[in-house]
Amino acid sequence: MVEAVPVSGSLRGRLMITLIGGAAVLALLLFLALRSYAAQVAQEGQDSILRASVASILDAAVLRRGQVEIDIPYASFSMLSTASDDRVFYAVHQDQTLVSGYEGLLPAADGGAAQDGFQTIDFLNTSLRLATASRMLVGESDRTRITVSVGQTQDALAGTLNRISRNAAYFGAGFFALAVVLSLWATSATIGQLKRLTTSVARRGPQDLSPFAKPVPSEMLPLVRSLNSLMGRLDQSLNQSEDFIAEAAHRVRTPLATVRSYAEATLQRVNRGENREALRSMIRAIDESSRAAGQLLDHAMITFRADHLDKQDIDLVELVQDLVLRLTPVADMRDVDLRVHGAAQLPYSGDPILLQNAVRNVIDNALKYAPTESAVDISLSDEPLPQIQICDQGPGFPPAEMDTLASRFKRGNNAEGIIGSGLGLTIAQDVAVAHGGTLTLTNRVEGGACVSLQL
Amino acid sequence: MKFLLVEDNAELAKAISSRMKFDGHVVDHADKIGDAIAFSETGEYDLILLDIMLPDGDGRSFLKQHRSGGQDTPVIVLTARSQVSDRISMLDLGADDYVTKPFDHAELQARCRAVLRRKAGKGKTEIELGGAVFDPVAGTLQIGGAAIGLRNRELRLLELFMNAPGQIFSKQKLFDRLFSIDDDASENAIEVYVGRLRKHLEGCDLRITTLRGLGYRLDHG
Amino acid sequence: MRILAALALWIWPLLATAQEWEDQQRFEGTEATRTLRVLSSTDTSFFAPIIQRFLREQSGWAIEYFVHSTAEIDTRFRGNPTEYDLVISSAMDLQLKLANDGFAAQINDIDHPDWAQWRQSLFAFTTEPAAIVINRAAFARQDIPQTRQDLIRALRARPEVFRGRLGTYDVRQSALGYLFATQDARASETFWRLMEVMGGLDIRLYCCSGEMIDDLYTGKIAVAYNVLGSYALARRDTHDALEIILPSDFPTTMMRTAFVPSGASNAQMGAEFIRYLIALQSMAAPEDFPLPPLNLEQGSIAQSTIALEPALMTYLDRLKRRTFLKEWESAIIQDR
Repeated sequence: MVEAVPVSGSLRGRLMITLIGGAAVLALLLFLALRSYAAQVAQEGQDSILRASVASILDAAVLRRGQVEIDIPYASFSMLSTASDDRVFYAVHQDQTLVSGYEGLLPAADGGAAQDGFQTIDFLNTSLRLATASRMLVGESDRTRITVSVGQTQDALAGTLNRISRNAAYFGAGFFALAVVLSLWATSATIGQLKRLTTSVARRGPQDLSPFAKPVPSEMLPLVRSLNSLMGRLDQSLNQSEDFIAEAAHRVRTPLATVRSYAEATLQRVNRGENREALRSMIRAIDESSRAAGQLLDHAMITFRADHLDKQDIDLVELVQDLVLRLTPVADMRDVDLRVHGAAQLPYSGDPILLQNAVRNVIDNALKYAPTESAVDISLSDEPLPQIQICDQGPGFPPAEMDTLASRFKRGNNAEGIIGSGLGLTIAQDVAVAHGGTLTLTNRVEGGACVSLQL
Repeated sequence: MKFLLVEDNAELAKAISSRMKFDGHVVDHADKIGDAIAFSETGEYDLILLDIMLPDGDGRSFLKQHRSGGQDTPVIVLTARSQVSDRISMLDLGADDYVTKPFDHAELQARCRAVLRRKAGKGKTEIELGGAVFDPVAGTLQIGGAAIGLRNRELRLLELFMNAPGQIFSKQKLFDRLFSIDDDASENAIEVYVGRLRKHLEGCDLRITTLRGLGYRLDHG
Repeated sequence: MRILAALALWIWPLLATAQEWEDQQRFEGTEATRTLRVLSSTDTSFFAPIIQRFLREQSGWAIEYFVHSTAEIDTRFRGNPTEYDLVISSAMDLQLKLANDGFAAQINDIDHPDWAQWRQSLFAFTTEPAAIVINRAAFARQDIPQTRQDLIRALRARPEVFRGRLGTYDVRQSALGYLFATQDARASETFWRLMEVMGGLDIRLYCCSGEMIDDLYTGKIAVAYNVLGSYALARRDTHDALEIILPSDFPTTMMRTAFVPSGASNAQMGAEFIRYLIALQSMAAPEDFPLPPLNLEQGSIAQSTIALEPALMTYLDRLKRRTFLKEWESAIIQDR
């Protein structure tokens, strides 16, 4: 009944991807920022120790009788001990000439003179952080420039960085996880609003086309507004089509009624057998067509309502008795008694309009086939399930067709001369099925057909 | 009996009226709600036949007005619709019954009778003839103070005779009145009902005489 | 006497060069096809049981064991760094500098406390204090000195007994002696006073612990300062003549270290040997491991054990060494 709507992704999915993707990017940025900041801080830490080491060596330099002497303090190198046992290199140059320490350990020259400050250089196949400082030594007769460079590998720094990176990664991951949880929550909270709207649409009865009045988030207002406007238009159009059907039925049936009344009146005056027969055929045809139209409309209505049962608490006995009251005049015309047996009350939750229609169709059917001066028995019971059984004393169902009788437009083989479109049992069966029940056809041993409506 | 027919389709109204008059009833016809209200306020009607779709409004609004005005004249709705819901709402608004167009006249009459029987007081429509007291609306026959049970068709047959004692009814006419179009019976079935009626009338001065080739007649005395 | 001493000093380097004979011994394992070359400062006698035990476990291997002085090891190794598979030395400073200069391979799967290894490439496997060893005979009816101050007092009290009968490392020759001396100097000024006192008493200078102990035993000298206690201990087992004193004012303790050269051709077996050494010293059965094992308790907190750190390179600095040796010479040799 409901057509498949083409699906283009999921709102939840898109929302999640956007939120989680954003969180991932943020987490990554956070991680990178933390790590680069930590790297800077760690590098500054190493640099300051290197600077102190260089300064302590430089301080120990003296010029004694033209000769440079440096009593390197033990602490100069001791302070460079790290957990990773980083390698330490140093060099003391006097005016570009190596005085002590490692050969070739010179800061990369930038425009000739060695640069004071910090550099990262390659030395003995390993990367070094090198601190360099120089000082002018003034002796009795001469002056000379002493340059001290101390270099250190960066294993501990790398270790620290790795540790910080790991922590930053944990932090980023934690942030991400939290963001995911928040995203899930935010998404479900947002989708929840949509779901609530969906539920309230789905829960509505078939006739309920009133606008939504419950407060909704402002973003959903346009949707609800257009829904309301659609419902309004739908309501209007439904009313219009109902009116149209009613109008059409009126327009068709009223002339039919006119014709029928005239035909009937004419029948009263006509004596010739063949004319009478023609008139009777005409009237029959009129009845047949109007009845077919009625049942088709009923059936259409039932098909529509069966999707959305308008369940109410009703008493099946009351419903049946009301129907019997309405049908008694018709039954009386053929001296057929309508007898109601069984329970005094039979509470049930169902769609009263559908049930009434179903039972009426079955009783109509029974009345059609019941012989003059017989009885139609209507029994109600609730053992084991609510059940309405309608039995006549007519010819019964043709046994060969019992299974197919309830199919659309099927009429019994023995229906000659009886007006009916054949939809009556179909309608009854559809209603029973819509209520989770069944329609059973049986023949009574003593003669007559029985229709059981089990709900 | 006196009927008010509210029907905007002149042809149908004419057909119904003529059919009713043929049965000996008086019919006033209104073709819109305004007229119908005016009629119902001035004339005493036994029953109102009301069409739903009228040029100046919905028949239901007439029903509402009619009932709120304190009038209890029974109303039978003539509807072209067949949805059950529609019928129910009309009954809720105070209609006593409905017939769906096009209708079997016999059915309409049966419904009228049923409605009147529910509404009307007993004895109002009694006919007394030859020691028999017959009430067509209540559907009772008393002979010598004793009630005699009649079946529906016997009742309708008796009504025909009692309304026109001395008149000759052809078999054909009686058949048309007693049987609906889709009753698959022959005209000879009439003999059975006449026979039964004769038996019921044995205790009074009424007789049904067979006139060969012409039909039947109720004789008195 | 002075002339004699001067002569001795003059002749000493020549003698030392001549006497610095290399012990070189080959230990054959079962079905040996490959040879592990070990360059070591430790006397063969200490290492023989260790090596023999190792070879019992490793079939197919032989070990060639070269003994040199600590300073010579440094020179030789730097001259040909790919010739040896394992370098063992008591000169922690030289060993550390070799590692710092990138000569030592990293062996990452050895689980060794931080203070006993450097860069996972230099591994300590003994704790050996520098000791004052005396000939008991010289201290008959005298208090045995327990600190350097005690020793100074004792020497000043009886200069006639000790003149020419004192011994210590010639720090110019012995890298281990230099290490002990620099660490002593770093620890206390007492060292310099002791050196001056000893220098005034015509101290004899030695290249190696072994010879100092020999001379102590024969009574040629009465006191030896900064001798490897482990060597003395090894002799003391059979000779009651000597007394080993670990000075209680501040002990100086060295750790013997080993590393696998990064260019070693049998690096894997070298690493295996270090693993074996570390495991063996921790089991500490004296007959299997004649050297003093790592002192775990002391090692973790003690200031006395020389720390394996880059600071060890301080005294190896050319200028610093020059200054130190000048001071040392002026203390020991004085006006000679």
